[in-house]
Amino acid sequence: MSTVTDVLPLAVILLGFQVFVLRRAITDLRRVLLGFLFVLLGLALFLEGLDMALFPLGKLMAEQLTHPDFIGTAGDWHSYGWVFAFAAAIGFATTIAEPALIAVAMKANHVSGGAVGVWGLRIAVAIGVAIGISLGSFRIVTGTPLHWYIIAGYILVVIQTPFAPRSIVALAYDSGGVTTSTVTVPLVAALGLGLATTVPGRSPVLDGFGLIAFASLFPIMSVMAYAQLSEWNARRQQRKYSDSEKES
Amino acid sequence: MLFEFLHSIRDSIRDILPIIVVVGFFQLVVLQQPLPDLGNIIFGTVLVVLGLTLFIRGLEMGLFPIGESMAYGFARKGSLFWLVTFAFALGFTTTVAEPALIAIADEAANVAAGGGVIENTEDSRSGYAQGLRLTVALSVGAAIVIGVIRIIKGWPIQWFIIGGYIGVVTMTIFAPAEIIGIAYDSGGVTTSTVTVPLVTALGVGLASSIKGRNPMTDGFGLIALASLMPMIFVMAYGMMF
Repeated sequence: MSTVTDVLPLAVILLGFQVFVLRRAITDLRRVLLGFLFVLLGLALFLEGLDMALFPLGKLMAEQLTHPDFIGTAGDWHSYGWVFAFAAAIGFATTIAEPALIAVAMKANHVSGGAVGVWGLRIAVAIGVAIGISLGSFRIVTGTPLHWYIIAGYILVVIQTPFAPRSIVALAYDSGGVTTSTVTVPLVAALGLGLATTVPGRSPVLDGFGLIAFASLFPIMSVMAYAQLSEWNARRQQRKYSDSEKES
Repeated sequence: MLFEFLHSIRDSIRDILPIIVVVGFFQLVVLQQPLPDLGNIIFGTVLVVLGLTLFIRGLEMGLFPIGESMAYGFARKGSLFWLVTFAFALGFTTTVAEPALIAIADEAANVAAGGGVIENTEDSRSGYAQGLRLTVALSVGAAIVIGVIRIIKGWPIQWFIIGGYIGVVTMTIFAPAEIIGIAYDSGGVTTSTVTVPLVTALGVGLASSIKGRNPMTDGFGLIALASLMPMIFVMAYGMMF
């Protein structure tokens, strides 16, 4: 049901502007409406399915992994190894399934004429989220202030930007905000709250937040790195090609 | 048609396979617990696959074409006023109704009440949450407007992002400590699964219909602004109370 309230205002605005401001009939109206219906129905089914199958299990696992019975009472951050591994794995896996990211990757692939691969972008973003969430869990366990990590991340992004290929920069910035929608947020929030409740001396209110911020920062770096790597690779191929030209 | 459908079902299965592998591995190997409610899990997974398939199909049929056709329409009409109004309305309305934001706003109200910032009554809490939602929605609307003007003018995105970062860092120094985590998180959650494809199509469509703009360098970046601006506004909101 929440998808309907999500989409309804959007549909009203789109139709209102199309009809009253642009004064144009929508080309192929039936197809567009059918598409809207598919999006609505698809998203509703998708969320319903997640609610039935994956969310309860994922939340239960986050609780079990952070439970004192599993971690033991040793208390230093080494004993949280499995938590960090789980954070990285679930961050990666949920990002691959994120519908909004699939949409952006399709668009980017189309616009760049195939230079940005759909899977290349999705995997680059997923790696960024994986690093971000496990580092975020590490922060909760050690109790260091959130803003130092975020500010350090910003500085890295600013340094990396002039070195990244110009055409990727906007897309990289976008992929930060895209990653954390429907699939990732509920699981990651459960993990953060579970950790902050279990670790002695942490308050769920003060320390439980912030994982999403990590997950939206690190993909920016990993996507720029992906573009740098593929540019470097292309250049090397070209050099190899021109070398063999010379020899022959 | 049927073949195409089966093909996209296969794609969707591949998309959610990593989650199944991760959950299965941790549940069975690390935690060594049986899977509870196997029937529910299988049925839910089938729904997820079906839903994702329909969603992607609907994107290509509905959301992408309408986003682009509206961008072309506005570019041809040439009226900056209506384009900016549309951009603001799009950002504002899609954010106000966003379920993830409602959850975050309620949480923030509890934090504020617990910290003694506002009175711990039902009334003041819901007032605080309501105000926060409006603040975030306004900031997303403003962000989309700025982003659209940027595309028209062709200004480089990095100056806006770096400026935004400086804004966030400055606000962090002055904002109360309890609000910082929530403010940082609110940036990521504001852009929903339906908004993202539409806003992306709008930006790319706009950049490709204006002469001299490159859809790759100029078309993207709207989402980035829409996730940065709320962080600053939420911290400002936390300072006002």
